Amino acid sequence: MEQLSGGDMLIRSLQEEGVNLIFGYPGGALLHVYDAIFRQDKIQHILVRHEQAAVHMADGFARASGKPGVVLATSGPGATNTITGIATAYMDSVPLVVITGQVASHLIGEDAFQETDMIGVSRPIVKHSFMVRHAKDIPLIIKKAFYIATSGRPGPVVVDIPKDMTNPTDKFDFEYPKSVSMRSYNPVVDGHPLQIKKAIDTIVAAKKLVIYVGGGAQHGQAHIHLKKFVERLNAPVAMTLMGLGAFPCTHPQALGMLGMHGTYEANFAMHNSDVILAVGARFDDRVTNNVKHFCPDATIIHIDVDPASISKIISAHIPIVGSVESVLKDLNSALDKKTIDRERFKTWWKQIESWRNRRCLDYPKGEGQIIKPQRAIESLYRATKGEAFVTSDVGQHQMFAALYYPYDKPRQWINSGGLGTMGYGLPAAMGVLAAAPGSVVACVTGEGSIQMNIQELSTCLQYNFPVKIINLNNHYLGMVKQWQDMQYGGRHSSSSYEDSLPDFVKLVESYHHVGIRVDRLDDLDAAMDECFRMTNRLVFMDIHVDPSEHVYPMQVRDGNMADMWLSKTERT
Amino acid sequence: MRRIISVLLENEAGALSRVVGLFSQRNYNIETLTVAPTEDPTLSRMTITTSGSNHVIEQITKQLNKLIDVVKLADLTEGTHIERELMLVKIRAVDSERAEIKRTVDIFRGQIVDVHPQMYTIQLVGTTEKLDAFIESVGAALVLEVVRSGVSGIARGARTLSLVPNPVRVSS
Repeated sequence: MEQLSGGDMLIRSLQEEGVNLIFGYPGGALLHVYDAIFRQDKIQHILVRHEQAAVHMADGFARASGKPGVVLATSGPGATNTITGIATAYMDSVPLVVITGQVASHLIGEDAFQETDMIGVSRPIVKHSFMVRHAKDIPLIIKKAFYIATSGRPGPVVVDIPKDMTNPTDKFDFEYPKSVSMRSYNPVVDGHPLQIKKAIDTIVAAKKLVIYVGGGAQHGQAHIHLKKFVERLNAPVAMTLMGLGAFPCTHPQALGMLGMHGTYEANFAMHNSDVILAVGARFDDRVTNNVKHFCPDATIIHIDVDPASISKIISAHIPIVGSVESVLKDLNSALDKKTIDRERFKTWWKQIESWRNRRCLDYPKGEGQIIKPQRAIESLYRATKGEAFVTSDVGQHQMFAALYYPYDKPRQWINSGGLGTMGYGLPAAMGVLAAAPGSVVACVTGEGSIQMNIQELSTCLQYNFPVKIINLNNHYLGMVKQWQDMQYGGRHSSSSYEDSLPDFVKLVESYHHVGIRVDRLDDLDAAMDECFRMTNRLVFMDIHVDPSEHVYPMQVRDGNMADMWLSKTERT
Repeated sequence: MRRIISVLLENEAGALSRVVGLFSQRNYNIETLTVAPTEDPTLSRMTITTSGSNHVIEQITKQLNKLIDVVKLADLTEGTHIERELMLVKIRAVDSERAEIKRTVDIFRGQIVDVHPQMYTIQLVGTTEKLDAFIESVGAALVLEVVRSGVSGIARGARTLSLVPNPVRVSS
């Protein structure tokens, strides 16, 4: 049998898992591992400029491809720098394997140089974690880590490896396990037939049905079964921020996003529904508004692979534990035996059309050459024909990108929904490009968020990631300012940078990228086209937009789903 | 409502901290927690007493089940069960107090396990209420030190919480 050191076993195990890209940053505790990487050519290592960005890259890679992302970070500060990235992936159920170096076993607990209890620090934000205690266990631990990260409700798994476990002089028999089974972990895949039957009976009897689609519907072939099911029923579909694209946003049955910044028609349809079919969604507080007033007449059917997500916030009348893909497939089969009266939602659709006619996403175009942020997103949509991968950071620009760029494909819209991590967009876009080289990837960001991981412009140069950065520059932390405008009498406490913003064009040029500043509406479309013509270059579009703009609709705090501000002066 | 949750847990380093962390992270209440290895050295058995609404208890059991290290669990309070707690208590016992305390210990079927001219060390086993009642009978003023093990529990009858399949299984 082949004899390998711990470091070589780790890299060989990753190869066996089909990994060809790792995002990471070396350091003392990982030097044996980095040497093992150097001595092989199946796995490419992307050297980042900050470990947080490495995790976001792996996360963007995973969300775009459906495959697990892999991160390598050294002990101590390297490990703690990954925390925000891990928490981001945990909240959005993204499969990651994060491998951290640890000080040598005999030093653990002695406050050694660059020692941190990574298992302890990461415990609340991982699906599971492993500390390697015997080098020979490395292949089995890696096998388990990938299995846990990718099965059931996906999530990040941390593997912490003390330096002596990778010592090149200690060699062991290497055989990668073909399969793994764990007595304590057997995620449910198929929904219970009785629950499927109950669900379908309730669905066909509904008069005012809404399909409420979340991020769980982005996985596998779920979107195909979803579209088929929804079209057969002629039911309206509302999507969460994480669900956008799992059902085509330009489809006539799509009501757009629901929730805090959801559309008038999506939130009204939810509030007035008699049956809600929740598909891989978790009734987040950014969706429900005040749970006491949530959809008072609705019977809730809830499909989720994670039993703990069901009836956590809103009690489900018909819970179905199982993967969205499998359950939707079964629901379609169950529907075969039913006669569907396509006319039965006629009145319901008539009502929905009247809500749609409110045209809640229309916005005042502004005077003269002022660029409205919504208009910039529309320009992006036009220039990319609606086909780009779009990543975003967090804030107003994120909501504009969610509302004004209708996504038609799953995995096309990639953002930090649960944790709301500023600094996510650029590294995530790089990860998308790593997963799908040659694709068009736009990072919609703001001048606040982009500065949280702007150092990765350097990584983009090194590995040629031609991200198109669409910076909606309004000189404010826009969403903070919006809340201060609406709830704090316009007192803008620490939400502006005064005059300290960098000249972004010069900044990106110093990294040998292309920068384009746009101040005038007349220049917007031409500049956007020019940006996307430069397919092989990173282009930073510094678009100066109206700082006074707010994101609407916006739910009124503590109200029901349909209590919304529709502009600065109108509310429902 | 007070609940007793029994958990079979992988006997792995860090497993305990995952359970304890879950309770603090999700703002659940822990009243007592006991844990020790079982006859199968790869498994630990944990008993947690907690309280909360039915909704909270449902979440606790679901979230515990979600932990990879949790193999099986059961809410013992869903059926008839036996619960026991061990208490070691030092009680001031001087002069005439000594006889009275000895009588109380006998009534509660406790044992005096250490004797000192001014105090007794008493061992008592029973339900939480019984141990509370003992302290109350003796009078808090005489109690010098109390150590309690926390509750250990087991289902009555044929139900077992173990890896081995059995005819009447406790919900897992």
